[in-house]
Amino acid sequence: MIHTRDLTCQWAPGHALRFPDVDLPAGGTLLLRGPSGSGKSTWLALVAGLRTASAGQVRVAGAELGHLSPAARDAWRARHIGFLPQKLLLSPALSVADNLALVYWAAGQPVDRERIGQTLDALGVAALARRRPATLSVGQAQRVALARALLLRPPLVLADEPTASLDDAACARALDLLRTRTQAAGAALVVATHDARVAQAWPGAQVLALGADA
Amino acid sequence: MNVFTLSWRYLWSRPLATLLNLLLLTLGLATVAFVLLAQDRVTRAFERDLQGIDLVVGAKGSPLQLILAGVFHIDVPPGNIALSEVQALARHPQVAQVIPLSLGDSLDRFRIVGTSTDYLAHYNARLAEGAVWTDTLQAVLGAQVAQATGLAVGQRFVGAHGLGGGGGPAHGDVPYTITGVLAPCACVLDRLVLTDTASVWAVHAHHGHATPAPPLAESAAPQPPAAAHSAEPDHHDHHDHHDHTDTPVHKPGAATPNANDHDHDHDHDHDHDHGHGEQSAAAAAAPLEVTMALVRYRSPLAAASLPRWVNSSTRMQAAAPAMEITRLLALLGTGTRLLQGLGVVLLVVAALSVFIALWNAVRERRADVALLRLLGAPPRRVGTLLLCEALWLALLAGVLALLLAQCLSLLAGGWWASGQGLAIDQSHWPPSLLAVPVLALAVALLAAALPALSAYRADGARLLSNPH
Repeated sequence: MIHTRDLTCQWAPGHALRFPDVDLPAGGTLLLRGPSGSGKSTWLALVAGLRTASAGQVRVAGAELGHLSPAARDAWRARHIGFLPQKLLLSPALSVADNLALVYWAAGQPVDRERIGQTLDALGVAALARRRPATLSVGQAQRVALARALLLRPPLVLADEPTASLDDAACARALDLLRTRTQAAGAALVVATHDARVAQAWPGAQVLALGADA
Repeated sequence: MNVFTLSWRYLWSRPLATLLNLLLLTLGLATVAFVLLAQDRVTRAFERDLQGIDLVVGAKGSPLQLILAGVFHIDVPPGNIALSEVQALARHPQVAQVIPLSLGDSLDRFRIVGTSTDYLAHYNARLAEGAVWTDTLQAVLGAQVAQATGLAVGQRFVGAHGLGGGGGPAHGDVPYTITGVLAPCACVLDRLVLTDTASVWAVHAHHGHATPAPPLAESAAPQPPAAAHSAEPDHHDHHDHHDHTDTPVHKPGAATPNANDHDHDHDHDHDHDHGHGEQSAAAAAAPLEVTMALVRYRSPLAAASLPRWVNSSTRMQAAAPAMEITRLLALLGTGTRLLQGLGVVLLVVAALSVFIALWNAVRERRADVALLRLLGAPPRRVGTLLLCEALWLALLAGVLALLLAQCLSLLAGGWWASGQGLAIDQSHWPPSLLAVPVLALAVALLAAALPALSAYRADGARLLSNPH
């Protein structure tokens, strides 16, 4: 699913981040570990095609990202990547269902309300479809955000610090949900985290350590 | 979900800011729309009432006053002119038609105009009921007059002296009989009481002035009274019953009073009235007069020479309506430009407000913008979303502004009409109003350009690492 070789990202003249090579198979799980500033977000951005590598190769879901135009990368990202951002980024202006519909709009596809209902139902939050994000609990919001990430059944889900600021119980529930749902969807999963509890939850997962953790 | 529904939802996710921006933009646009509408309606009203009138002749004085009094009936005439001179003008080879107008009396502030039926034909007036006058002291009411006074065909009324000030003494002993009511024409006739020229002479013939006059040349002749009241014994009875102790009488031979010197004329007449026998004899000898005449040229070439001929060879004054109204509109233009300037200032304020709102929206929605980029939305689509929000504002403000301007215009038109002013067309959507939505669009797009560009350039990767 993800293959990187000699991946380098220069973020300022004379300052470059070099990343170890990665080979993640389809349906596999990669834990991206490292302290803040170690380059986790940069690596995610490179793999998602949001940023171009200054050197090296990155091949994701069969696409050589360095060869794609910006517009093609956007279109590719919409079809192949599901995002679970750290702050969840649910739009407060829209209902839960419309937050999911936003995925279709961003991808330039017609909205499939039935699939939105099914996805919300699978995550146990179908009853919240008309609610605004501001009225949801943290757990409910996480389920909605995960539903959004899985809506178009992408082959790869990128989760950025999904357990930040969660207590142990909530952290366990969130990780369990993430693992079971991505496995059910057959998607590969990359979790960027500096939370030790995540590593404990995925004892067999592939690990890419960055910065001081390397 | 498309960009329009999505932008609509984003727009109303900040209802207070949206409402305030909408209000500002609407006020600015409505001001501009109102000025455009008022300009168009006044110009159309002028053009409609002026249509087919090439020249107005009357007593020497202000030409603009002559036009305003003779065509629009919103000013007092400068004086009277001799009927003989009008008749001579009618015989002029360059003149196709002359319509005489005799003013001096009013009914409930509506002017009574002595004229010929050519005046009705000139405006293509249609009768709503009844018939045109066939004899003296018969009158046809304009639609607005009939509505305001409640008078109907068959009823009688007496005119009051003066041109609509409302306080003139009544000619109580010489009533008019209403023979017809005109259908609304949205022209000057709506607010006039029309009668034969001879009726005006007859009403004022108490003073012994009712000399029948020869007809004007061709069809333009005002028909002089077949039997002037002063020549009738019973008319003298009427006259005797008339309270002349303090009631000035408008004699056909006397100059139609200018409003400013109306009292003076009254006093003058009043003095004459005391010596009734001598007065009657003197008045009978005096030439018949009308207040002014509307002239239609036989050919456009007459415009070059006829006015000059009138001004130099007669005691009358010729005023070209087109020229005078152009002058008047140029004077009004200063006020119009001031109002338009105010509208532009309001629009600039509105544009700034919309800009600030959209700029803040982009800042507030950095996370949303980041998410859209993460989800694969191309920069162009994200920028378009912001532009669409501005377009919604423009559309709403444009529609509201046009409705508001029309309401204001209707109110102003009603107020103007109630003041016996120019007859303003009540419902009209002139092409110039198209400028309002175009202006709304331009303002909104201008205000949204920078925020949209900011959204377009949003770096998803940077926002991913620092979403707030």
